[in-house]
Amino acid sequence: MISVHLILFLMFGAIAVAGAVNLLVQRHPINSALSLIAVMAALAGEYLLLGAEFVAAVQVIVYAGAIMVLFVFTIMLLNAGEEERTKGSRVAFLVGIPGMLLGSLLVAWVVLRHSGTEAVAAGGWTESLANVPARAVPGSPETIGPLLFHEFLLPFEITSILILIAIMGAVVLASKPPSSPPLGPGQGVKN
Amino acid sequence: MTETLNLWLIPVLPLAGAAINGFLGKKSSRTAVSTIALVFSGAAFAWALTVAWRLSSVTLPHQEFFVNNERLAHWIRSGSFSADFAFYLDQLSLVMLLVVTGVGFLIHIYSVGYMWEDAGYYRFFSYLNLFMFFMLTLVLANNYLLMFIGWEGVGLASYLLIGFWFTKDSAASAGKKAFIVNRIGDFGFLIGLFLIIQRFGSLNFTEVFSKVQPYAAETAGAGLLTAIGILLMVGACGKSAQIPLYVWLPDAMEGPTPVSALIHAATMVTAGVYMVARSHVIFERAPIALTVVAIIGTLTALFAATIGITQTDIKKVLAYSTVSQLGYMFMACGVGAFSAGIFHLMTHAFFKGLLFLGAGSVIHAVGGEQDMRKMGGLRSYIPWTTAVMGVATLAIAGIPPFAGFWSKDEILWKAFSSEHGSWIFWLIGVITAFITSFYMFRLLFMTFAGDYRGAKVDEHGHASHGHGHDGHGHGEPHESPAVMLIPLMILAVLSIFGGLVGIGNGFEHFLAPVFGTGPEAATAAGEPAGRGTEFLLMGVSILVALSGAVLAWILYVSSPYLPKKIAASLGSFYDAVLNKYYVDEIYAKLFVKPLVDGSTSILWQGVDRKVIDDTVNNAADGARHVSDEVRHMQSGNLRSYAGWIAAGAAVVIAYMIWLGVR
Amino acid sequence: MVPLSYYLALSGILFACGVTGFLIKRNIITIFMSIELMLNGVNLSFVAFAAHWHTLAGQVFVFFVMVVAAAEAAVGLAIIIAVYRTRETLNVDQVNLLKL
Repeated sequence: MISVHLILFLMFGAIAVAGAVNLLVQRHPINSALSLIAVMAALAGEYLLLGAEFVAAVQVIVYAGAIMVLFVFTIMLLNAGEEERTKGSRVAFLVGIPGMLLGSLLVAWVVLRHSGTEAVAAGGWTESLANVPARAVPGSPETIGPLLFHEFLLPFEITSILILIAIMGAVVLASKPPSSPPLGPGQGVKN
Repeated sequence: MTETLNLWLIPVLPLAGAAINGFLGKKSSRTAVSTIALVFSGAAFAWALTVAWRLSSVTLPHQEFFVNNERLAHWIRSGSFSADFAFYLDQLSLVMLLVVTGVGFLIHIYSVGYMWEDAGYYRFFSYLNLFMFFMLTLVLANNYLLMFIGWEGVGLASYLLIGFWFTKDSAASAGKKAFIVNRIGDFGFLIGLFLIIQRFGSLNFTEVFSKVQPYAAETAGAGLLTAIGILLMVGACGKSAQIPLYVWLPDAMEGPTPVSALIHAATMVTAGVYMVARSHVIFERAPIALTVVAIIGTLTALFAATIGITQTDIKKVLAYSTVSQLGYMFMACGVGAFSAGIFHLMTHAFFKGLLFLGAGSVIHAVGGEQDMRKMGGLRSYIPWTTAVMGVATLAIAGIPPFAGFWSKDEILWKAFSSEHGSWIFWLIGVITAFITSFYMFRLLFMTFAGDYRGAKVDEHGHASHGHGHDGHGHGEPHESPAVMLIPLMILAVLSIFGGLVGIGNGFEHFLAPVFGTGPEAATAAGEPAGRGTEFLLMGVSILVALSGAVLAWILYVSSPYLPKKIAASLGSFYDAVLNKYYVDEIYAKLFVKPLVDGSTSILWQGVDRKVIDDTVNNAADGARHVSDEVRHMQSGNLRSYAGWIAAGAAVVIAYMIWLGVR
Repeated sequence: MVPLSYYLALSGILFACGVTGFLIKRNIITIFMSIELMLNGVNLSFVAFAAHWHTLAGQVFVFFVMVVAAAEAAVGLAIIIAVYRTRETLNVDQVNLLKL
């Protein structure tokens, strides 16, 4: 039945799909990047529709705001131009596309088997919301926060280490190589 | 359990000697080596004598475990089948024991002198002691399987000793021939053993024979016992050189003479007779098998004797004589007179051992020459040897009161009178006795009578084509040293008096607890009537033996030109006999060549090359071809990888969905 | 209200677009962006299930996915820069040194 939710869903969904298709169609990577940003924004809207406020905010801030900016910077740095049409691999077309289609069809089949028109139901939430203020909406920072620091503390800490490693890796990998080989012991001192 | 006799010492002492000499002998002095060998084989003989001495204190048959420890003696315990290292003593094995250890010890002493100059001195004594170990195991075993170990082991020792001078091609080939022909016989033996296991569930003598006892004699036709009997006889044919597997024995003369004496006259070749005698319970209930044994024995006796007439090598004559005498023993067993066969085995060990050792003495005297045509007149040079050879010849010819007469006459009488016997066997036996006497006296006269026809022994001690390694560089034939003569004397005494135990059926009664009341009982019942016939036949044998001697005298002493004329008039028949009826050539053409050709073309080219090698090569090639195709997947092209990943992911999703749907 | 299957369908479409882009694009950066697109599609389905089954764990997981995607993007782009320095090209067909 038609409701605001459905209209909004369809609107955001259309934007997302259009952005995804445009990413495929465009030849210049910057256009693809901008399309991807549009997809992410639309998805943030979807999250909001699902009641995941915190996730929506993080999506915009981190994904669209940091990661995609990183992509754009890289495109700018490397001066990426339009894509050349090179003959790459027959396998990718002959095996990959059918594989992808097959996978999609399978998933679609599963989804359709189990789908009904049941809406996202309301009801009790499974996590304990004991530490949460009474008026808090599930999905808000007040509810996600305690989860992050209680049940999911270990993954939280590990991901912080992961980010540290990523930082170090990115710095090392992307830095300019030294122009001359590093000096060995005993070298660099004239006679 | 009665008190123990420590029977295990008897085989194990020579084994210890063999091990010591084998491992340490190379660096030891000749004296040390000979001391070890003599001490250990002498100790075995001494212990055998003690066992005989204490015979009255144990009940026979007496069984013992190795080291008298049942757990140590465990060998095979598999389901209901068991075989142990256990020993069995009864009158039969006692006789064999004394013969093997006694004659063996004497030959050890003799070999000290005979082999003194040989470079492989320690090896010889090691092998000789090893042979004693295996032979004693064979004789003392309480089950067929342990006996078979001894059987194979003496075959091994025989191979090692025949091919003792292995650098000589003919010796090496002779060793191989002996072993291979033996194995052919062993094949039959083994199948017989399998049949015994299958039907009676055991290989233990007491168990098997007690299970066979209730069987009735298979007079109606061939049955299981007949099959077993014939198969066991096949094995005996191989080991004891009967037709058709006798061909290895003449070639075995390539080995040193003491080896020929010990192994191919006195002990190893008699293993077949012992085995048949031990299995008498089976044979008595299978008349067809018994007849087969008798026929083979008789034919072999005659056949080999005829070949012996023409041979010129002194050892070859004795070899064919051995084959012939073994035929007599089998003839005895075949007519049911097992104790007579064993009696002849014993006396044969004495006089044949003496003959071989004496021949060795002769060969030693003439510096390695073995061709009798180049001998003669040696009686003045080597009187002692002449004397003992004369005694031995009288014994083997069957002239009373020497040992051979008693045993051979017993066999002939039983061949005639026993219920399994027939006058045909007797007649052929008598003819063979005539021929035996003839060729033995021929040997005696050619070697010792007349004038010396040989070349002067040169400085290096080689006559024309020195077969042996025993020259001293003297100018003319000389007597052997005392260490060789004393065993000859002892054997000569045994050859003279050894047969007297047979008077009045003494030997038969001694072995009666073993062989029971079989066909002998029938003859005992009919004895009063047969007494006269027995003496008549005895007279015929004596006459025949004497006439053989006389004929030999005529042909080789008084009218030496006659043999050539007779040979010429017989023409190609004589040639055939001289060439051993071309049996070796026939075998080569019929069996050996097809086997070798078949092996080459089918097994080697066909199976080994085409099937096995090609399978391996083709597998490798196939792997290479497959990987040649598959490696195209690793192209380095990122998008190909991406394609494959997408496809693979789809497959995995499909699988998981299928799992979920199922 | 919107049925769950709609969200899953949208998520599937986004994912399929991502795979297709991964397969047919030649510019390495664009391929990377396709990967990000795939991750976004998956995130959507997580959040949808979280809402459907009333469990916040789905949203927390999305949070972690984003963290990982960020780390991956950073390192991946650094690698691309390093590859560009040596190979002077962003065309993935010319980065084929992985062959045997």
